[in-house]
Amino acid sequence: MTLLQVDDIHVYYDKIHALKGISVRVEEGEIVTLVGGNGAGKSTTLRAISGLLHPREGAIRFEDKALAGIGAHHIAALGIRHVPEGRRVFGRLTIAENLDMGAFTRRDRRAAKDDREQMLALFPRLRERYRQLAGTLSGGEQQMLATARALMGKPRLLLMDEPSMGLAPMMVEQVFETMGRIKAEGVTILLVEQNAPMALAVADRGYVLESGRIVLEGAGRDLLGDERVQRAYLG
Amino acid sequence: MRRIGIGRTGAWVTWRRTALVGLAFGAGALHLAAVGVLLMLHQRWIVIDTLSLGQATVLLLAAGAGAMAARGDGSRWLQGALGGVCAVLPLALLSRAMDALTLQPIFIALSPDLQAMLTLGLPPAAATPALLALGAVAGLVGAGLRAAPRLSRALLPGAVAVLVAGVFQELIQLMLQQYEGPIGAVRDFVYTWEGLTQEGAITVFLVVTLLAQLFGRATQGRVAAMEPARRRQIWAGIALAVIVVLPAVAGSYIGQVLMLVGLYILMGIGLNLEVGLAGLLDLGFVAFFAVGAYTTALLTADAPNALMHLPYWAAMPVSVLLAVCVGVLFGLPVLGVRGDYLAVATMGLGEIVRVIVLSDFGAPLLGGAQGVLHIPKPQLGSYTLSSPVALFYLTLVAAAIAAFIAWRLENSRLGRAWMALRDDEDVAQALGINLVRSKLLAYGLGAAFAGLAGSIFATMLSSVYPSSFQLLISINVLALIIVGGMGSLPGVILGSVVLIGLPELLREFGEYRYLFYGAVLVVMMRLRPEGLWPSDVRQRELHAGDETAALDAGADLLPARE
Repeated sequence: MTLLQVDDIHVYYDKIHALKGISVRVEEGEIVTLVGGNGAGKSTTLRAISGLLHPREGAIRFEDKALAGIGAHHIAALGIRHVPEGRRVFGRLTIAENLDMGAFTRRDRRAAKDDREQMLALFPRLRERYRQLAGTLSGGEQQMLATARALMGKPRLLLMDEPSMGLAPMMVEQVFETMGRIKAEGVTILLVEQNAPMALAVADRGYVLESGRIVLEGAGRDLLGDERVQRAYLG
Repeated sequence: MRRIGIGRTGAWVTWRRTALVGLAFGAGALHLAAVGVLLMLHQRWIVIDTLSLGQATVLLLAAGAGAMAARGDGSRWLQGALGGVCAVLPLALLSRAMDALTLQPIFIALSPDLQAMLTLGLPPAAATPALLALGAVAGLVGAGLRAAPRLSRALLPGAVAVLVAGVFQELIQLMLQQYEGPIGAVRDFVYTWEGLTQEGAITVFLVVTLLAQLFGRATQGRVAAMEPARRRQIWAGIALAVIVVLPAVAGSYIGQVLMLVGLYILMGIGLNLEVGLAGLLDLGFVAFFAVGAYTTALLTADAPNALMHLPYWAAMPVSVLLAVCVGVLFGLPVLGVRGDYLAVATMGLGEIVRVIVLSDFGAPLLGGAQGVLHIPKPQLGSYTLSSPVALFYLTLVAAAIAAFIAWRLENSRLGRAWMALRDDEDVAQALGINLVRSKLLAYGLGAAFAGLAGSIFATMLSSVYPSSFQLLISINVLALIIVGGMGSLPGVILGSVVLIGLPELLREFGEYRYLFYGAVLVVMMRLRPEGLWPSDVRQRELHAGDETAALDAGADLLPARE
C-alpha cells in the first residue's frame, strides 16, 4: 500500500527554483532514500512533506489525505515525524523533557510512558544521561535523542535528514543499524543522506537527485551497482 | 647583573600593578567629583558633623583600593597604603589644579564647595598631605580587613547597618515619626533631622554587631547544613513577610513605592511569559499597560469623554480582556519575525499605540495630551480603597494571583510548547506544536497581566495621560526580568525591588540615581549574567558540567522505573 505519494512538486525560495518537479513514492514498511550532492533538493523535499515549506505546484498525499497547504503541526498529528538535519534537540531541556516533547500531540499519557521505556531500551546511552541537559550530549547521542523524540510520537512515517552527518564512523554504523530496528517495528522511513553507499545499502528503494530533479530511481542495490551512481558519488 | 635586573623587573611589575589598581579607583573618584555626585553626597550626613556620605564614599574607595592592591605576603601593608594613596591622589591633584586654574566654567561641578570638601577645611599646604594620609590609612584598613576575613566578617554587619541607617535616614525617620513613647525616644536618641547622631551611630554599630555575633553563632551551623533550595524558601518567606507587613507599619510613602514595585512585578510576570518562556523579545509591552489603563479610565471616569461610569470591579476584567485582544492583534503582524528583528518590530507597535493615544484623531475619545481625569477609586462594600497602602494590598493580591497563574502555565502543556518554540521553531512544529496559536497565546496572556497592571495604575493615579506610557517602561520591565533572572518568578520580584524600588527610595539624590541604576546594570551583567535569582533551567545550564562530572564518577542519576 502506498503510504506517501509526492507528485511533481515545485518549491521556490523567493525566485530560486529549488525543486523542479519531484515525484517520490513510499510504500508502507519500506526504507526509501533520497541521495544526491549538496543543494540537490533533498532536505527541501523533506521540508515540503512535513509542511515547513509549501510547494507552489504539485500534490503530496499521505494515505488518502492531501497535505499541500496545511500547517506543519497538523501534518505531525497525522503521523509524520521529521528529524531535521543537524540534530536539533532542545538543548536547554533534559533528555527526559525532550522525550516528553516528542509525545506532545498524544493524549494517551500512560502509553507514552511505556514508549519512553522502550526508547531507553532502544538507546541505552540515553538512559545513562537521562536527567542531563540535551545540549551537553555528544553528537551521536544527540542524534539518538532526536530520533527517539520523533519516535515518541508513534509516527507511521519517519523523515530523517542526514542522520550520519558529522558523526564518527562507529556512530554512523550504529545509526544505520538502528534504522533497521525501527523498520522492524513497522515504521516507514524516508531517509535523506549524503553518505550514498550506506544509505543505498540499507534502503529498499532510492532516488538520485540533482539540482532539483530526480535523475535516477530504482532498488537500493541496483543503484548501488549503477555505473553513473558509482562515478558520481562513490568515486 | 642580569639576575638583579630580573628581580627588579618582578618587583617593578608588582608595584606598578598596585599603583594601577589604586589609580583605577582614583579615576572613579575623580569621575564622581567631576560629574557632581561627590559634592551632592557630601551634602548628606551619615553621622552628623563627623562623616558625610561623600567622605564615606572616598574612604570606601580608598579602602577598596587598599584591599584589592594588597596581594603580596611580605609587603602587604605597604601595598595597601600605596593603593589607598593612589586612590585619593587624583582628587588631591584636582584640588591643587582648582587652586591654580579656573575649572568651573568647563566642569560646572568643580565648585568652591567641592574644594572645601577636598581640603577638609585646612589651608592648601596642609590639605594635600592630609588627604593623602587619610587615603593611606583607609588603604591600610582595607588591606587589614582583607588579611583578616573573620574580623571583617564580624565588623561588616554593623558597618552596613550604620551606612543604611544613614543613607535612608529620611525614610526611616518618616516611618518612625508616626510613633510616640519608647520608639519616639529611640528615634530622638539615634537621629537628628539631618542624620545619625554620633552616639546614635556608635549605638547602632554596637547593637547590630552584637546581634550579628549572637544570632550568627546560633544559626550559622544550621544555615550551612540546609539545602540551598530550602535556604531559598526561607529567604523568600522572610521577604514575603516583610513585603506584606511593611507598608502597614511604615506608612504611605513606602506603600506608594511598594505599589509601584507591585505593578512592575505584574508586568514583569506578563513579559516573562513572552520573553522568558516563549522567547519573544517584546519591546512594545507598554502598549498593553496603556490599553488596560485607558479602558479602565474610559469605563469608570467621571469625565465628559468617559463611555460609562461602571464601578472599578466591573471595569477591571473588561480592561484585562481588551488587553488580551490587543495582545493577539499585536502578535499577528510579527508572527514570522524572530529575535532582534522582533524587538524592533514590537517597539514600533508599542509606539503606534502611544501615538494614537496622543493624536488628534483619538482625542475626542481619549482626551489627547490631557488624558482622562477623575477616575474613581475601587470600592469594597462601603470602604473606598483610597490610600496608597490599601491600593498596595490590591496590587499584592493581583500579583499573587498572577504569579500563581504564571507558575501553573510554566508547567502546563502550553508552557512546554512555548519553551520548545523558544529553542527551535521548526522542530517544535514538526512535533505537532501549533506555532500560530502558541505565539498568539503568549502575546495575549502576557498582555493580560500588563492590562491588569494598567487598570490598577489608572485608579491609583486617578487619571491617565499619554506621557505615562513611554518606551522606557517596556525597557524597564525587560531590564528587571534580565536582572532578576530570565524565566524565573522570584527573579521578577527581586528584579522589581532592585530596579524599581531602590531608585524610588533614593529619590532625594535626584537624577543622579540613574547613574547608580546604570552602574548596577553593568556590574550585574558582568558578575551575574544569569540574574539575581535564576530559574532552575538556567541554573541547570550553568551547572551542566558538574552533573556530567558526577555521572562520569558513577553517580546514580537514573530515573526510577515505574
